[in-house]
Amino acid sequence: MLWKTADYTGWGRALRAKGEIARPERRRLLDEIVTGGLVPAIGMRRSYGDAALNDGGRVIDMTRLDRMLGFDPATGVLEVEAGARVGEIAAAFGPRGWLPAVMPGTGFATVGGCIGQDVHGKNHHHAGSFCQHVAGFTLITAAGPVEVTPEGTPGLFHATAGGLGQTGIIARAKLRLHPCKGDVMVVTERRVEDWDEHIARLDASDATYTVGWIDATATGAGLGRGILEEGETGSGLMPKRVRNRKVPLDAPHFALAGPVVRAFNAAYYRRVPATGRTTVKPIGDFFFPLDKIHDWNRLYGKRGFHQFQCVVPLEAAPALRDMLETIATSGLASPLAVLKRMGPGRAGHLSFPMEGYTLAVDFPNRAEARELIRRLEDRAAEAGGRLYFAKDSLAQGTAIRAMYPDLPDWQEEVAKADPLAALSTDLVRRLSLRSAR
Amino acid sequence: MNRTWIILGATSSMARAFARAGAAEGAGVLLAGRDGEELAALAADCRLRGARLAEAVAFDARDARGFGPLVERLEAEEGELNAAVFVGSMPEQPAIDRDPSLIDGVVADSFTGPARFLQMLAPVMEARGGGTVVGVGSVAGDRGRLGNYVYGAAKAGFATYLSGLRNRLTRAGGHVVTVKPGFVDTAMTWGLPGLFLVASPEAVAADLLKAVRKKRNVIYTPFFWRWIMLIIRHIPEPVFKKMKI
Repeated sequence: MLWKTADYTGWGRALRAKGEIARPERRRLLDEIVTGGLVPAIGMRRSYGDAALNDGGRVIDMTRLDRMLGFDPATGVLEVEAGARVGEIAAAFGPRGWLPAVMPGTGFATVGGCIGQDVHGKNHHHAGSFCQHVAGFTLITAAGPVEVTPEGTPGLFHATAGGLGQTGIIARAKLRLHPCKGDVMVVTERRVEDWDEHIARLDASDATYTVGWIDATATGAGLGRGILEEGETGSGLMPKRVRNRKVPLDAPHFALAGPVVRAFNAAYYRRVPATGRTTVKPIGDFFFPLDKIHDWNRLYGKRGFHQFQCVVPLEAAPALRDMLETIATSGLASPLAVLKRMGPGRAGHLSFPMEGYTLAVDFPNRAEARELIRRLEDRAAEAGGRLYFAKDSLAQGTAIRAMYPDLPDWQEEVAKADPLAALSTDLVRRLSLRSAR
Repeated sequence: MNRTWIILGATSSMARAFARAGAAEGAGVLLAGRDGEELAALAADCRLRGARLAEAVAFDARDARGFGPLVERLEAEEGELNAAVFVGSMPEQPAIDRDPSLIDGVVADSFTGPARFLQMLAPVMEARGGGTVVGVGSVAGDRGRLGNYVYGAAKAGFATYLSGLRNRLTRAGGHVVTVKPGFVDTAMTWGLPGLFLVASPEAVAADLLKAVRKKRNVIYTPFFWRWIMLIIRHIPEPVFKKMKI
C-alpha cells in the first residue's frame, strides 16, 4: 500500500509523531504523490528533535530514492537523488580520490537532510557548510519542479539551504566533491588538560579536519579537558578493520547515570597516551565514529535524550566556558560532548554556523536536563549565539527570532514556494517559524 | 575474473540491493525489467558504485519473444555468466477469487517466464562451464495457505524447477541457489499488517552473495525462517487445513 500509518521519532526519541508515511521507490510514484499537493519530505530522521516529524499529518520517506546518477571527473560534480546517504557516497568515492566536501557526524544522513539543515563537519573552519558545495538541486515546489542554483535562483537557494524542507521537496542534487588523497584518515589525538588549552589548540590547529572531544563531567582545574583530534586524508595505508555492532534493545536508565559517565569519560581521556598518538583509521571511522554502533540512541532507554548544541561568537568564549561549567557541575551530561571552532561559512538564511565556537552535549530526557537545557539556551542567546535546528527539541519561538535575524527573508521565499504551508513540520510549528511572530 | 550478472526484475527492492552489492564487487550487471526509466537510474548508480558494466535491458516475464536477444546479450560478455531472478507478482487472493484469469499472470511472472528464460540460458552456461543462478522463491511456496496459495503454488513450481536446474548445471560446473526470503522491507510489504522480524533488502542481498560464494543450495533469509518453515511444513494436514495463518 502507499500510505502506512506509523509512530515515528527523531534520533533523540524524546519527541514523537504519528501519521501516514509513503516511501516511494520509483521516481514516478513521487511525482504522483505530489500531484495531490505537497507533503513534507523526510530522510533517515537523524535530526534529534522534531525537524522530521509531522504529527497527525503525512510525510514522504525519501530513503529509497537514493541513487547516484552521474559524476563528472573533470569538475568533481556528483548528481544524486536526495535519499542518498553521505556515508555511501564517501565509501564509493573515497577509494577513487573524492569525498563529499562536507560530512556531518553521521554517514546515515541523507543528501536531502544535509541540504535542509545546511550541515557542517569537522572541516567547517576551512570548507564552510554543506550547501556551499552544492552546485544546484531539483526542487519540487507548489508550482512544480524547479532547477535551483545559487547563481540562477539565489532567493530560493538561500531559503532552501538550511531551510528545513519548507520550500519544497528536494528530489535530486548536484554536489561538488572534494579531491582527497585516498580512503584512509591519518588521525592525531592529543590530550588537552583544560578549557584554555582546548580553545588555544583549536585556534592554532591548521589541520584539514579538527574536532575536540570534551569531558563534560570534569570540573575544577580539569574543566574543559578532552582530546583534540586532527585528521588528514591519506593513501597506501591499511587501517584496522572495524566491526559493526548494534544496540539490540533499550538500555535501562542507570546505563548512563552520572558515576558511569564519569568513569567512562576518565577512561576515554586516558586511552590516549599523555604524549599523544597518530593512527590510521578508515574514513568512516573518523567521520562517523558512532555509526558502527547501530541504533546507539537506544542506550538512552525508552525516554530518549536531547542534544544541546549552540554556537557563540569568538569573543563569547568565556560565556561558553561558563555554560560548560554549569553542565559539568549538574552531573547530567553524557559521554558525547564536542567542542569545535567554526568559520563564518553558511549558505542559507537559517543556516546554523557563525564564526565562533560550537559546543554539543547530550542529556538523557529527564526533567532536570530539560530545565538545564532551557537555561543554556537563554545563555547562548545572551552571548549572541544561536541554536541548531537539527538538534533542538525544546526551544521557544521567541528566542529563535533574535538568533536568526534573516528569518523574514526566509519567510518571504517560503510563502512563495509553499503558499498553503503544506510542508509545515512539528519543529516549524513549535517555533512558529512561518508566522510573523 | 570477469563476472557478469543478468538480474531479472531489477527494479524490485531486493534486486536493487543485490545489483548494488554486485556492483561494489566490480561485477558487470545487466539490469532487466519493464520500467526503463528506473532501470536507467539504477544502471547509472551501479556504474558509480564500481560496476565494470551496467546496462538497462528490457525484460517482460510474460513476453518470451524478448528472451532470445537477452540471452545473446549476456553471452556476448566474456568470463563467468550468472543470472539472478527476482521477478514474481502477488495480487491479493480475493482479487484472484473474483477473476481467476489472474492466475495466468502470476504463474508467468513467478514461474514459467523466468523458467523459460533460464531454460534458454542453461546451454550457454553449460558451454561456459560455470556460473551461478540465483532464484528467488518464497516461504509462501513451502505450503499452500489461504492468504496467497496461487502465488505460493507458482513459487513452489519455480523452486522445484530450480532444484532440477541445479541437478543439471552442477554437472557442467555451474550452480543454482534457491532463496526463500521471509518478510523483507520492500515496496510490496510496506504497510502490511502483522509482519515481524522484517529484514532489510541490503541484509538479504548480503546473504545471497554469501550463498553464491559458499555454493549453498537452498537458503532461507533471514536464516531463522528455515526453522519457522520447518515447523509449518510439519503441521499435519488435518490440523493445517483448519488453521488461518
